[in-house]
Amino acid sequence: MTLNDQQVERYSRHILLQDVGLSGQEKILNAKVLIVGTGGLGAPAALYLAAAGVGTLGIIDGDKVDMSNLQRQVIHFTPDLDKAKVQSAKEKIALINPDVKVNAIEDLFLAHNAMDILKDYDFVIDGTDNFPAKFLINDACVMAKKPFSHGGVLRFDGQTMTHVPGEACYRCIFDDLPPSNAVPSCSQAGILGAIAGMLGTIQAAEALKFIIGKGDLLTNRLQMFDALKMKFREVKFKKRATCKVCGENPVITELKDYEQPVCDIRQK
Amino acid sequence: MKITINGEEETIEKDSLTIIELLTHKKVDMPEMVSVEYNGEMLDREKFDTQAVTDGDKVEFLYFMGGGQ
Repeated sequence: MTLNDQQVERYSRHILLQDVGLSGQEKILNAKVLIVGTGGLGAPAALYLAAAGVGTLGIIDGDKVDMSNLQRQVIHFTPDLDKAKVQSAKEKIALINPDVKVNAIEDLFLAHNAMDILKDYDFVIDGTDNFPAKFLINDACVMAKKPFSHGGVLRFDGQTMTHVPGEACYRCIFDDLPPSNAVPSCSQAGILGAIAGMLGTIQAAEALKFIIGKGDLLTNRLQMFDALKMKFREVKFKKRATCKVCGENPVITELKDYEQPVCDIRQK
Repeated sequence: MKITINGEEETIEKDSLTIIELLTHKKVDMPEMVSVEYNGEMLDREKFDTQAVTDGDKVEFLYFMGGGQ
């Protein structure tokens, strides 16, 4: 594809970057990214990926916009209350950048639809708020050989890693869901809104780096930050031979919906 | 022994502790809420009871973080 004059101007600050250039911008315009959840992480990720000109954005979320979302889910505005989140997000994306095609799916990402939804995308962003969804995204992406960005936030903390096929996955660190009785609810834990923004934009940057094929992704590394101290820390990890989904003898060979009413766990 | 926990060196008045004992020592009372990396390798949960931590070892406690909405 060739960029028209308006696109050259719109994306000029990308094009100026040696690692992006016209060819990188063309890759972005041809890319397809799926964002699972349009909440605290998915909202900033969707805004930046839309502005960047990602050709197709898939957004899946079964929720409606709630008053308590507006403190951090920056793609949803006050007049959007009670509107389906994917509809609200789709409208904003269209306003930011008409180059972007949006596939809005008002549904939950579950074992029965995961593989079918994933198959059309180049990269997946986990913007979900619960462990069943996070493990499902990991397992589905490993099985479908799709790269994805994991993100988790809590209070003032965040963690993120990027999986690409053949490299370590989320289960290589966290082998299985934590016991549900150990897990406080989302509303109990709380989150500083800006921290969800910090993490969601890291995830968007990982997606863009993957698309243009430049830099070092957060593969085999878990990046963690404590925004209260504003300290970032990285732990390198390796593929685990005994990993239940990507190890030498995987025991998880089909997708499953786990049941757990969760949000976070972090012991202080 | 001197060991490194989450990037910080610590002196513990023991020659050796299992991972479970170390988690207790660090007041992590629910080990099921943490994954452990021992000298650069993710440790299977079944080995928390038996893996010994000794002088010079590096241990990372990695916590589940599930928020996002």
